Amino acid sequence: MKIFYILLYFVAALLSFSIYGMLAMWVDRKVTARIHFRVGPPWYQNFVDFIKLTGKEVLIPEKANVLMFVSAPVLGVIAAAVAGTTILLVLQNNISFAADAILVIYLLTIPSLAVILGGSASGNVLASVGISREMKLLLGYELPFVCALIIAAVKSGSTTSLGEIIQFQQQNGKLIGSLSGVIGFGIGVLALQGKIGFVPFDLAEAEGELAGGSFIEYSGILLGLYKLTKAILLVVGPLFLISLYMGGINFSSVAGVIAGLLKYFVILVIFILIKNTNPRLRIDQALKLFWGWLTLFGIIGILLALAGW
Amino acid sequence: MNLKTKALKKSLWVYHMSGGSCNNCDIEILDCLTPKFDLERFGIVLVGSPRHADVLLCTGIVNKKCVERVKEVYEQTAKPCVVVAIGACACSGGMFRDSYEMGGPLNKIIPVDIYIPGCPPKPEAMIAGIVKVLEKLK
Repeated sequence: MKIFYILLYFVAALLSFSIYGMLAMWVDRKVTARIHFRVGPPWYQNFVDFIKLTGKEVLIPEKANVLMFVSAPVLGVIAAAVAGTTILLVLQNNISFAADAILVIYLLTIPSLAVILGGSASGNVLASVGISREMKLLLGYELPFVCALIIAAVKSGSTTSLGEIIQFQQQNGKLIGSLSGVIGFGIGVLALQGKIGFVPFDLAEAEGELAGGSFIEYSGILLGLYKLTKAILLVVGPLFLISLYMGGINFSSVAGVIAGLLKYFVILVIFILIKNTNPRLRIDQALKLFWGWLTLFGIIGILLALAGW
Repeated sequence: MNLKTKALKKSLWVYHMSGGSCNNCDIEILDCLTPKFDLERFGIVLVGSPRHADVLLCTGIVNKKCVERVKEVYEQTAKPCVVVAIGACACSGGMFRDSYEMGGPLNKIIPVDIYIPGCPPKPEAMIAGIVKVLEKLK
């Protein structure tokens, strides 16, 4: 019976993440359009895109490994939603266990792995270039992302349990109020930008040169699932950062939910601004940024956190 | 009309295919996708792979080397899809109709849904053509 409830909770979380994610994607497209002095698409555009993709033919290339080609996008959606559900359980029902922040980091890696699996299963040359970039990018942004987690963990008294980190922030003020918190938050935002694949780091699916990159052979509902994964990550990633640095979201009162939405929109706007003011980086530049400057700042942040700043 | 066709009408992803054109129509297509005309408000987006596409915009006379490629791109496109012949060359061969390299026009190679003549057609003409395609989708 308990398993049944957990499954039901998961499905509800998956649905709500999909809806919020697609609305967030619309905000991104609309704001981008306004920056270009355009009108932009209507609010239901991403839902329409998804429904259209479900009605399209699914083409599977001759050279593809069919099982992997079909299962990779499903894997991505499920992993992203499970990561989100883990965070939501902590925020909503206060169900937390030791080191669940590390679990979330692992789960957030799987959508990128799904892109790599699907791209390599399709047997396309351009897809293989795309996945090689995605792999390097994955190795790149994980390091600063882990640094961001370590800073939060050290600041809140050496714990990697999301529940305890949030509890610490409720008692001692939000971590973003301190110097090391600001550094950790900034690193986290940039690493998430790479994880979601927004513009300065969209080199894995570069439309101009790789014709869609890792997704080049995908069509129909499978492509729709990849778009859905991206939408879910756009909700789950900021939710993770909010839990680590901005004190989480209080679901018990209306004011708490509104404050949570405001926190989410602040992060979303930062994403969109970075996206619209930066050209795409080359893979070597992206790696230099992640392993060089961001990791350096991450180590400085950890030292500051250890010193109590 | 069912939900999926309705959704298709609201979200056309276009793929731009050149069958040996003089580049003039291609430049006009790019003009059509610029912020001035803002096709994204109708859900029209340029995509990089024919697998993602709902609309194939074809330009050029389709010279003999391109015939096989054009066929292949059409086969790779996920159906249902709409083929649009853009420019006088793709519609009829235009001034190159007697050329030794003439492999087309386009409707001899793949089924064409709508013709947009002009050398090159204006972006407004292309938008008018796309609207007619939307009426045709049922």
